[in-house]
Amino acid sequence: MQLIFILEQVLNGLLVGSLYLLIALGLSLIFSLGGIVNLAHGAFYAIGAYLTVALADHIGFGGAFLAAPALVALLGLVIERFLLRRFYRADPILSLLLTFGLAMVAEQTLRMVFGAAPVPFSIPQELRGQVLIGDFIYSRYRLLILAVSAAAVLGLWLLLSRTAFGRVVRAGVQNPDMVAALGISLKPYMSAVVAIAVGLAALAGVMTAPISGVHPAMGAEILTFAFVVVVIGGLGSFWGVIAAAFIVGVVRGLAAYFYPPATEASVYLLMVLVLLLRPRGLFGERIQKFE
Amino acid sequence: MSMTRRGILAASALGLAAPSISYGQSDVIRLGHLTPRTGFLGPLGEYAVQAATLAGEEINAAGGINGKRLEILFEDSVNPQTGSAKAERFVQRDRVAAIVGEINSATALAIAQVVTRERVLFINTGANSDTLRGSDCQRFMFHVEGQNSMYVKTVGRALVAGGLVRGKKSYALTADYAFGHDLLRVARRFLTENGGTISGEDLIPTDLTDFSPFLLKIRQARPDLVVANLAGAQITNFLKQYSEFGLQFPVAGFGFDTALAWGAGQGNFLGTWPVMWHHLIQAPSAQTFVRAFTAKYNRPPENQAWGDYLAVKLMARAMTETRGTDGIKIVEYFEGEGRVDILKGREGYFRKRDHQLMQEAYAITALPAREVRNRWDIFRSGPAVPGPDEPLDAIAATAEENACTFR
Repeated sequence: MQLIFILEQVLNGLLVGSLYLLIALGLSLIFSLGGIVNLAHGAFYAIGAYLTVALADHIGFGGAFLAAPALVALLGLVIERFLLRRFYRADPILSLLLTFGLAMVAEQTLRMVFGAAPVPFSIPQELRGQVLIGDFIYSRYRLLILAVSAAAVLGLWLLLSRTAFGRVVRAGVQNPDMVAALGISLKPYMSAVVAIAVGLAALAGVMTAPISGVHPAMGAEILTFAFVVVVIGGLGSFWGVIAAAFIVGVVRGLAAYFYPPATEASVYLLMVLVLLLRPRGLFGERIQKFE
Repeated sequence: MSMTRRGILAASALGLAAPSISYGQSDVIRLGHLTPRTGFLGPLGEYAVQAATLAGEEINAAGGINGKRLEILFEDSVNPQTGSAKAERFVQRDRVAAIVGEINSATALAIAQVVTRERVLFINTGANSDTLRGSDCQRFMFHVEGQNSMYVKTVGRALVAGGLVRGKKSYALTADYAFGHDLLRVARRFLTENGGTISGEDLIPTDLTDFSPFLLKIRQARPDLVVANLAGAQITNFLKQYSEFGLQFPVAGFGFDTALAWGAGQGNFLGTWPVMWHHLIQAPSAQTFVRAFTAKYNRPPENQAWGDYLAVKLMARAMTETRGTDGIKIVEYFEGEGRVDILKGREGYFRKRDHQLMQEAYAITALPAREVRNRWDIFRSGPAVPGPDEPLDAIAATAEENACTFR
């Protein structure tokens, strides 16, 4: 009997992992190509959630689902063009300070505009309900999240591995000087990568808004987890991040089952273990410019 | 900038010479307001700050305190370490006459230690732990906020009446910090004394946002009652996800703040919860406060706003009555157990034995979705507890349950 319960936690962990995934992938992309640790990544997730609440009254959840990530991607373009771009080759501490500052500005702006109290938002009536598989009950809405995440990840993978755009991005990750020597400017690619990455974070925000409190600090809450996922998965590794997101989800679920006070701590413990045994992360590649 | 006595003299002299510069310090009474503005209790801190601001404005509009203007300084208390440092700065640098606020029980204890050392008054407006009124009680600390025992006994009565305690098993989710541990202890005592059992109890990290693993565990345990000893943002997340998973076990909370239910959204509020105050209380002074707050901030006040509004008003009143800001005199004034209007049906008083405000509380129950008319009126309130023919301290911890000796 207990085995079924544990299996239930494992499955749930996999589903929860899919949410971390969308944020962690973007974080990893921006770091791999631009060398910037984007501490403001969680802010885009929060802005995505708030935009959903603001837009849903006018264009419905479906409309907000499409519009919010697109708007946040646009915002990302602007921030890349006028701020991030100045820091690709600079001392990493500068971009850390910049994005840390941006995250605080964003959180405080949300607090000023929407207030500190959580903003009410619910799952749309037509998406509510539960699915029962044997004795395993699950929220229909969360299965939808899983499907959307899977589609987004697949799309991103196809973009990176099957298109000319993806080839340049991958080359830029490995050896930007060589790409430049071939006469290709990485700037427009970097803009596109930032837009995609923050768009994915916003997508995660849109999907979380109905099931989690929408409040100004929500970005900071998720960012740490996303970082842990990237560190465990290994920098620059697409599949590493995916594997790590699922592992983190499952470890968290098992901790909740066996020793609840460690639900969140278990994830950090896992990170420490990985760093001790495999400092590059599970699937981390050797990236020349970071060696 | 620290003000010496000589500095004050110089400043007043300057003030006389050039009255347009500013108030000299002697024309102002300062209160320090400390409360979490960020983190998992941040949503409540905002109400606290707004309400204290409103109270300050009303006091000044009515002529201030003993002819002096009241100035309230606001700080984010963040955590026990920062809260303690800021309390110290309020006292030593800003020379505040008293400190008001706080929500986190661990931080309230840290502030209490500072005010005891500095002999300055502190009115706690949001920290619930019984230990703050028991083993950790301090002569310079008073509590407008109800204690955990009051919350548990209030909602407990409703649960006992509803047949959810005797012979029934509960599953408790508890916030993993000072407040939660204290509440779990009090809740366990109440449930066992009334013939119930706790079949499962999980400590929930305060930064946890996803309750799905615990919802699955609850479903496996099939309890008769789910007990939420949660705090801050946890409550909003719990409500949203409990309704997402469609679990049908009755829910009761032993700690609660209305703003967190407002923030959950349509159709997500369920169960029975305790509050010290809510915006539907019909007492005239309560409704005057609701109107003033709503006019200023465009939303009704909730229990946290009430606590900070009341605390500032009580402090101003004590300073007026004692004709000064002397900490000892104010302590003695409050210990006189004089009855005052606390924006409820029945007047309240600070109990001399532990400095807890003796007051009515309410068990509120979520309205079914189809009966909800607007964003705010999402619950119906049970009668005030204790009832009109009971003593006001009937729901507070007894001396045996929670002994306090002031040092």
